[in-house]
Amino acid sequence: MDGGRTKRAALDAVTMAHGGGGRAMRRLIDEIIVPAFDNPLLAELEDQARIAIADLARAGDRLAFTTDSYVVTPLEFAGGDIGKLAVCGTINDLAVSGAKPLFLSCGLVIEEGLDLAVLSRIVGTMAKAAREAGVAIVTGDTKVVQRGAADRLFINTSGIGVVPIGLSISAARAQPGDVVIVNGSLGDHGVAILLARNELALSAEIATDCQPLHDLVATLLAACPDVHCLRDATRGGVATVLNEFAERSRASIRVDEAALPVKDVVRGACEILGLDPLYLANEGKLVAIVPRSHARVALEAMRSHPSGSDAAIIGEVIDAARPQVVMRTAFGGERMVDLLSGEQLPRIC
Amino acid sequence: MSLRFADEFRDPVKARALVGEIEKLAVPLARARGRALQVMEVCGGHTHTIFRYGLKAMLPEDTLEFVHGPGCPVCVLPMGRVDDCVALARDPKVIFTTFGDALRVPGSQGSLLHAKAAGADVRVVYSPLDALKIAREHPDREVIFFALGFETTMPSTALTVLQAQREGIANFSLFCNHITIIPTIKAILDSPEIVIDGFLGPGHVSMVIGEGPYAFIADRYHRPIVISGFEPLDILQSLWMLLQQLADGRCEVENQYKRVVPENGNAQALSAVDEVFELREYFEWRGLGSIDHSGIRMRAAFAAFDAEKKLSVPNVRIADPKSCQCGEVLKGAIKPHQCKVFGTACTPERPLGALMVSSEGACAAQYQFARRA
Repeated sequence: MDGGRTKRAALDAVTMAHGGGGRAMRRLIDEIIVPAFDNPLLAELEDQARIAIADLARAGDRLAFTTDSYVVTPLEFAGGDIGKLAVCGTINDLAVSGAKPLFLSCGLVIEEGLDLAVLSRIVGTMAKAAREAGVAIVTGDTKVVQRGAADRLFINTSGIGVVPIGLSISAARAQPGDVVIVNGSLGDHGVAILLARNELALSAEIATDCQPLHDLVATLLAACPDVHCLRDATRGGVATVLNEFAERSRASIRVDEAALPVKDVVRGACEILGLDPLYLANEGKLVAIVPRSHARVALEAMRSHPSGSDAAIIGEVIDAARPQVVMRTAFGGERMVDLLSGEQLPRIC
Repeated sequence: MSLRFADEFRDPVKARALVGEIEKLAVPLARARGRALQVMEVCGGHTHTIFRYGLKAMLPEDTLEFVHGPGCPVCVLPMGRVDDCVALARDPKVIFTTFGDALRVPGSQGSLLHAKAAGADVRVVYSPLDALKIAREHPDREVIFFALGFETTMPSTALTVLQAQREGIANFSLFCNHITIIPTIKAILDSPEIVIDGFLGPGHVSMVIGEGPYAFIADRYHRPIVISGFEPLDILQSLWMLLQQLADGRCEVENQYKRVVPENGNAQALSAVDEVFELREYFEWRGLGSIDHSGIRMRAAFAAFDAEKKLSVPNVRIADPKSCQCGEVLKGAIKPHQCKVFGTACTPERPLGALMVSSEGACAAQYQFARRA
C-alpha cells in the first residue's frame, strides 16, 4: 500500500515544494485556489485585501470579526466536507450577532502527500459555499508541513461582517419568562461524523446539517428585532450553549425533553452508543432566546425559512435562584443538564 | 439501519401510576422502620437511568433512597491496575486497546489519556473484536486488549480469545481485569455498617448467569432481590415488585427483566467463559479492598494470550488517596454528595476517585445530573 501511495504522491499530491514559496507554490495558488475563489479583491494578489470603509459603514455601525480553525476528520463526509464547514462555521459565528457576513480569509495548513484532487475538491466546496452565502474569500495563506506534522488538511477562516444599527444580542440577556427556540433537528452533524469514521460498523442515512445561518437570522430579526440571546450550537451542542446563557445571564433555563427535535436515526445512534443528542455537535443549528410575547412570531418566521422548517420551542427561562440548566425528562422526572466533562464517551456495559 | 425504540418503557402516564403504587407500599414500610427504605441498585447502568430520567425526584422523599452499588467496572478499578495499564501502553511495541470509559480513570501516574498524550499508542475500541482486527493489521506489534467488566462483557472477550487461537494470531493478548459480581454482593452484605433492605439485580449480567446465583441473597441474608431492566419503567416496576416482597414479608429472587434474562442464563456464553477464564484467589477493588475470588484471570492453557504472562506487568499496589471516600459510597455507607471531596477536589474533569469518572459512577451521575437540581 505504501509503495503505491508514494508513487502516486509523486505525481499528483501536495509536496513540500508546494509550500516552498517557489514555482510549485505559485502554481498551486494560481491554478487551484485563486480561480476557485475568484473575486476582484483576491485577484489583486497583494499581501492583504483592502476593503473600503465607506462600503462597510453603509451596512451598520459595528464590525463583527471572528476566527475559527477546522480540523475535522475525515475531511469528507455525508453532506459536506471540511471546506464547507470552514465557510459556514465562520459565517455562523458572525451571523449570531445579527451581523451581515461579508469577507472571509482562508488559511490552509496542508500535510505533504495530500491528494491534489482532494484539495481541489475542498477548495471548490469552499468557493461554492461562499458564493451561495454571498460572502467573498478575499485573502489567504497556504503552508505545507511534513508528514505527521498535521492530519492531511487544517483550515483556518476568519470573517468580517457588519452589525446593523440597533441590535444588541448577548448571552447575558436571558430573562425569566423568555422562551428557547432551536431551528431544527439536533445532533445530525455529530452522528454523521461518527458514522463517517467507520469505526462503529454502523451505517445509517444521516448527513451533516452544515449550512449558513445568516439569512435565517435576518428573517428571525425582521420578525422579532429584540432577540435576547443567539448562538450557533456547534461543539458541545445545545446543552453547552444553554449553560453559557444561564451562566452569563444568571438565570435558570428549563428544557422540555419531549419537545426536542431529534431525528430517529440520531436517536437510534444515541441509544446504541450511550450519547445524548443535547450534547452532540451541530453545524447549522442555532439557539435563540426571545421574549415570550414574540415567541409565536419568531417561531413562525423561522419555520417559513428553509433552514428553520423544523424549528421548535424547547424550553423557557425560569425564575430561580441560581444559574443552571434543568430538563423535564420525557419520563416525567427532572434533572440537571451540566456542561460536558471531557468528550462524550460511550458507556461500556 | 432500522431501529425500534424503547418508548413503551418510558411512558410518563404509566410511570405516574407506578409511582403512586410505590408510594402506597413505601410509606408504611418506612414508617415501621423509622427510616427511609434503602434499596441498592447493584449495576451502574441502573444508576445512570435513575439519574438520567430524574427518577429520584419522582419518588416519595425521605421514604425511599437508592444506594448506588459497585456495578460499574471502571469505577472499582484500583489505581495500581491503571498504573499497570500505563506501563504496558508505554512499551513502544505495544498497541493498547481499551473501551473509552477506561481512558480517564486516574492512576498514581496519571490516566491512559495522559499516557496517550505522552506518545503511547492507546486506541479506543468498541468491541474486543476490533482489537483483534488491529492485531491482524499490525503483525509486528503486540496488541493488548484491556479486558474489563462483569459477566456482561466476559463472553465477548472469551470468544475473541478463542477466535484468536483458531486463527493462530500470535500478537494479541488480554490484560485481564474482569471481575465477578456475586462475591462482591456478598462482601457488601457482610460489611457491618450496611443497611440495605433489598436489591435491584443487574440485568445484563443476569442475561449471562441467570437467576440462580442470587439465591443466597434471599436464603442466607434474607433480602429480596429483583433482576431489573434498564429502562426507567423497568426500574420503577422492579422497585414496586421489591416493595411488594417487603410488604408481604417475602425474600425471593424475582425477575422483572424476563424479556431478556432467561432463568438459567446463557449456556453458550457461560461455556466460553469457563473455557478461557478462571477465578483469581483474590482481587483488589478500589474502595472495597481485596475480595476473595472476585477477580478473573486467564487459564494457563491461554498463557499465549495473557499479557500478564507474555509481558512484564509491574503489578503495583497503590493505596487509594486518603481523602477519597469511594469505598464508603460503594458500600452505601454515605451518599456521593456527603463525601468530603465531592465537587471540590474531585470533579469529572479532575477525578480523584473512580466513581467520578464513568457516567455510570454514582458520583459522576450525581454531579452531572443532580448536583444542584
